[in-house]
Amino acid sequence: MSADTILRVSNIESYYGPIMAIRGVSLAVERGRIVTVLGANGAGKTTILKTISGVLDPQKGTVEFEGKPIQRMDADKIVRLGLSHVPEGREVFPFLSVRENLQMGAFLRHDRDGVAHDLERVFGYFPRLRERIDQPAGSLSGGEQQMLAISRALMNRPKLLLLDEPSLGLSPLLVKEIFAIIRRVNAEQGVSILLVEQNARMALETAHYGYVLEVGRVVMDDTCERLMDSKDIQEFYLGAKEESARGERRWKRKKTWR
Amino acid sequence: MLDFIQQLVSGIALGCVYGLIALGFVLIYKATEVVNFAQGDLMMLGGFFVFTFIALLGLNYWLGFLLAVAAMALFGMGAERLLVRPILGYPQFSIVMATIGLGYFLRSVAGMIWGTDDLKIETPFSTGVLKIGDLVLAYDKLSVIVATVILCGVLYLFFNHTRLGTAMRATSENMLAAYYMGIPVKRVVSMIWAISAAVAACAGVLLAPITFIHSNVGLALGLKAFPAAVLGGFGSIPGALVGGLIIGVIETLAGFYLPQGWKDVTPYIVLLAVLLIRPQGLLGPRIRKKV
Repeated sequence: MSADTILRVSNIESYYGPIMAIRGVSLAVERGRIVTVLGANGAGKTTILKTISGVLDPQKGTVEFEGKPIQRMDADKIVRLGLSHVPEGREVFPFLSVRENLQMGAFLRHDRDGVAHDLERVFGYFPRLRERIDQPAGSLSGGEQQMLAISRALMNRPKLLLLDEPSLGLSPLLVKEIFAIIRRVNAEQGVSILLVEQNARMALETAHYGYVLEVGRVVMDDTCERLMDSKDIQEFYLGAKEESARGERRWKRKKTWR
Repeated sequence: MLDFIQQLVSGIALGCVYGLIALGFVLIYKATEVVNFAQGDLMMLGGFFVFTFIALLGLNYWLGFLLAVAAMALFGMGAERLLVRPILGYPQFSIVMATIGLGYFLRSVAGMIWGTDDLKIETPFSTGVLKIGDLVLAYDKLSVIVATVILCGVLYLFFNHTRLGTAMRATSENMLAAYYMGIPVKRVVSMIWAISAAVAACAGVLLAPITFIHSNVGLALGLKAFPAAVLGGFGSIPGALVGGLIIGVIETLAGFYLPQGWKDVTPYIVLLAVLLIRPQGLLGPRIRKKV
């Protein structure tokens, strides 16, 4: 890894009560890159993000943001450092208007002009939010709520954005739209992104580097191009069917990392 | 007709006090899902504070009012910090018992410090009446109504038009998301307790010229204010005030027009009837969170 690593997670172990959800995970995000974590349900993807953003405290291991250890820091202090988390399931403030939700995203900022400028920019990304500006967020559709959740996090001008399942429950068309914006945010503003996804194809097409997580462990990591070429990834995450000499496959391939 | 209007005004004044206590219940419940059963006792303590400042120390009424409210705000913050925060996250019963315990504690301590006699304070509104034709309205009742309207207006502006107020609503709606925004949630919750205690103190100060202050006044009013909050729809701030007004007016009118004994029962009959028809209360939340 190069010297300019914005986030480095080393050997973290986190528990939900007595259950060990992640078992010694290490990963790193280089500045200006999109890194994705793939994995099935219950692999521990969300737990990793929650541990990074300080909602969960790791039992062991360290989380370093720009070289500074942030494990066991309060979640609201971590946001101050420039690390914003878009949680799974959007978690907008349902009775606050769209405008107020976005204002809360900029809660830590005091530069009025900058906030107004950023408001225009997120409306540039998601023009539909401008139309809904005075509606309560709870009355928006799922896709609009996802747009709002991402915009709200961007209002804090984060250096690193954690995105948890932005495709969850959205139509394929909307998923495309959202991922296009994620790429734009990364390219135009240089925001580093750590993306957790079940939609492996979309994630691999978007990100530069990927980690594969199974039952709380990283089993594979590589550039996304090489991951997409991997037989294991193709079969188990992208759903490709291998052609055998007989034309149909009669046995289940074993994952090579086991 | 004159009787009716006079009773109505008394009822509204009493309802305002119920409404303010109910408001305290709702603010804390919305933010932390904790029901603070000591809310009435915070009001009682506010009354004793103002008695101390005005009657014992001889301060000006307005200065005493201000000091009592400020002292109670600090007290509410301290109660949250020392009593509630350490047990947050444990079963609801622990927290409920802790606040009930706090109530008992405050009543006993108040009894020890200020004695068990009924106390009364003189305020600018204690005497004097407003005459409109044949209608005679006492200033003490009117002052409660006017002060409640002003207080609610201030709170409305604060919650809807300031950054901190919006952050408090955001924290009440989704605490986890508030953390993700960088809102200092713990400090915000402390401040919500401070506001609740300060509002309770205002109720205590406003009530002081109407009834006597004694250590059990908070328990009695708290037990009326809680149903008021439920009637309005627990979790709705306007609901708490509406619920308080309804209970206060019904109680007063029932006391005047119905045979003895109905005064205390009627509000509960209305409460039960409303809950049968609208279990979420009159202004309970309707929009549900989308998944």
